[in-house]
Amino acid sequence: MNDFLSICPIPFSDADECIQLAHGGGGRKMQDLLRNLILPAFENPFLRTQHDGAVLGAGNSSIAFTTDSFVVRPLFFPGGDIGTLAINGTVNDLAMCGARPRWLSAGLILEEGFPVGTLRRVLDSMREAAHRAGVQLVTGDTKVVDRGKCDGLFINTAGIGTITHPVSIGPGRVEPGDALLINGDLGRHGIAVMSAREGLEFEPPLTSDCAPVWEPVQALLDAGLEVHCLRDLTRGGLVSALNEIASASGVEIRLEENTIPVCQAVRGACELLGLDPLSVANEGRFVAVLPEHQIPEALSVLHAHRHGKNAVRIGRACSASPGQARVTLRSPLGTTRLLDMLSGEQLPRIC
Amino acid sequence: MRFVDEFRDPDIAKRIAARIHRTLTRPLTLMEVCGGQTHSIVRFGLQELLPDTIHLLHGPGCPVCVTPVELIDKAMEIARRPEVVFCSFGDMLRVPGTRGDLLSAKSAGADVRVVYSPMDALKTARENPSREIVFFAVGFETTAPANAMAVLQAHTGQVNNFSVLVAHVLVPPAMETILRGGTRVEAFLAAGHACTVTGFADYERMIAQYRVPIVITGFEPTDILQGILLCVRQHENGEARVENPYARAVRPPGNPLAQELCREVFRVVDRNWRGIGAIPQSGFALQPRYARHDAEQRFGGVMDTPRDTSGCLSGLVLQGRLRPVDCPAFGKRCTPQHPLGATMVSPEGACAAYYRYPP
Repeated sequence: MNDFLSICPIPFSDADECIQLAHGGGGRKMQDLLRNLILPAFENPFLRTQHDGAVLGAGNSSIAFTTDSFVVRPLFFPGGDIGTLAINGTVNDLAMCGARPRWLSAGLILEEGFPVGTLRRVLDSMREAAHRAGVQLVTGDTKVVDRGKCDGLFINTAGIGTITHPVSIGPGRVEPGDALLINGDLGRHGIAVMSAREGLEFEPPLTSDCAPVWEPVQALLDAGLEVHCLRDLTRGGLVSALNEIASASGVEIRLEENTIPVCQAVRGACELLGLDPLSVANEGRFVAVLPEHQIPEALSVLHAHRHGKNAVRIGRACSASPGQARVTLRSPLGTTRLLDMLSGEQLPRIC
Repeated sequence: MRFVDEFRDPDIAKRIAARIHRTLTRPLTLMEVCGGQTHSIVRFGLQELLPDTIHLLHGPGCPVCVTPVELIDKAMEIARRPEVVFCSFGDMLRVPGTRGDLLSAKSAGADVRVVYSPMDALKTARENPSREIVFFAVGFETTAPANAMAVLQAHTGQVNNFSVLVAHVLVPPAMETILRGGTRVEAFLAAGHACTVTGFADYERMIAQYRVPIVITGFEPTDILQGILLCVRQHENGEARVENPYARAVRPPGNPLAQELCREVFRVVDRNWRGIGAIPQSGFALQPRYARHDAEQRFGGVMDTPRDTSGCLSGLVLQGRLRPVDCPAFGKRCTPQHPLGATMVSPEGACAAYYRYPP
């Protein structure tokens, strides 16, 4: 009991402050909410790593445990739906811990009046996605709320994965001299969902990159590569993920803009809407950080996989003086700028 | 990507920058008028390519930054009414009024929606006849024609639950205010997209009075560098005239149809500019015949707001009299997470641009 009593009270004085959408946007506001309210409430070493999941020791082996909730609107979008997201999101969080995804739970929160036929479509997607990712859905829960109390369907999934590789992976393990690679082009998921939601049409149509990425991660680990950090590039995109890594490891991450792949349709949409593709969400993309000399081998390993065949090196980690951890981007013009985490969600510009 | 990559070509950009270095022999202070240009300059780090003797001032052409506090307050007051769906472009939602911003009104229960076009708001009005749909008509000459079209269509289609809260401002009166205000602007990069609508007859008149080079400039790196090069040449030759290197978008008379539409729906009025103050004949209000689509007629007029006591110096920034980094609050009390003023809110605002992309 004493252990619990010694924990600091929650240092959050703004009693009348309200939650805004930006608190869930993957940017600085969400970081503030985590740091000021959520982490202090449950202070422990597992949470402190701020990894995509918790790595829990059990005898000689260890497991990874994670959870994620899915509230996408619309429920169906080009390249996926809330069901594929709910499976792949949790599968990928486990993969980012270097864990083979094994068992998932699913909690369904349904709104009164939600069509059963639509639920069946979502469950079919979940079954197919689980099959593709090699996981079993082994437990679950269903709740129904009054009409108007949720947006049709919310899904929570939690997952357990097994860790068999001795490599220690985490956002705080990046060192100067490491290099970064990503497994494909950026921004497809965020723009596909936005175009479905807002009725924006692109030619050719854009589909989400939603996919399970354990296979390419496993290949890196099986090749004996010294993977220091893995991070999937979901809400807040590359910019949020790299800022979290830079600050956890105390390094400066330097990117080369012309090596970062963004497809024509995403670039075009971002130009039109005034968005930065590097801050747009992805659901099948991850960054891997390894020692520079292992990058050529890592790339050839990834290139053999469907969800890694377009992998490229995008930058490197350098030493930073204390308090100077940051992410910078060198433009094709040879000029350099800071890539700072956004406050909340990106808002389209006026003109 | 066509029509973008050509204008971001590193070799062309470096060649133009080299010409600027070769041509300039004495210091030059120039102002890019439009916030979109400021955004490009900092996003692409163009200042790094220029001689130290070129001093760039960031002008007032950011609609988010200059919309006065009293209009934000009015927008929040309207948005909080239970019958109202308040529609706005995304980046207006985070602009602080006297008490919070539209996002905080939304989180407190107001029905605030981001739209990409005033036509989307008009569609919402048609689909929700029992609700009052109010669109926040913000921006310069660039966005005014589309907003005028929405009002005209609401009028002819008798969509009586659609109204607009008009906050439109005009570029040339702001430039004249800056010239009269004693800021040492020796050349202007004029806002290319506003000129697609207005053309540049106003600038010919301005040059006759103030003898300052005005170059109609686009938004891509080579556009901006080319605009600067032409300013440098005029400066070195002692010239003052309008040049239009942005001819792929701007014709001398502008867009007469759009101008006619604006004249039909709007009348020119005095406007308050955030941080700058009242500028005569510097904005639009609805013509009396469209009064039933005027949110101020429907929900009460805009009240004067007490003086800004936040310590925000954005007015000086918007007039080119203070660099964002020289403001005592910059990056300390004032950040994009907790903006004191609007120039820290929009990605086009000079302060936010400097914060995100430090020089």
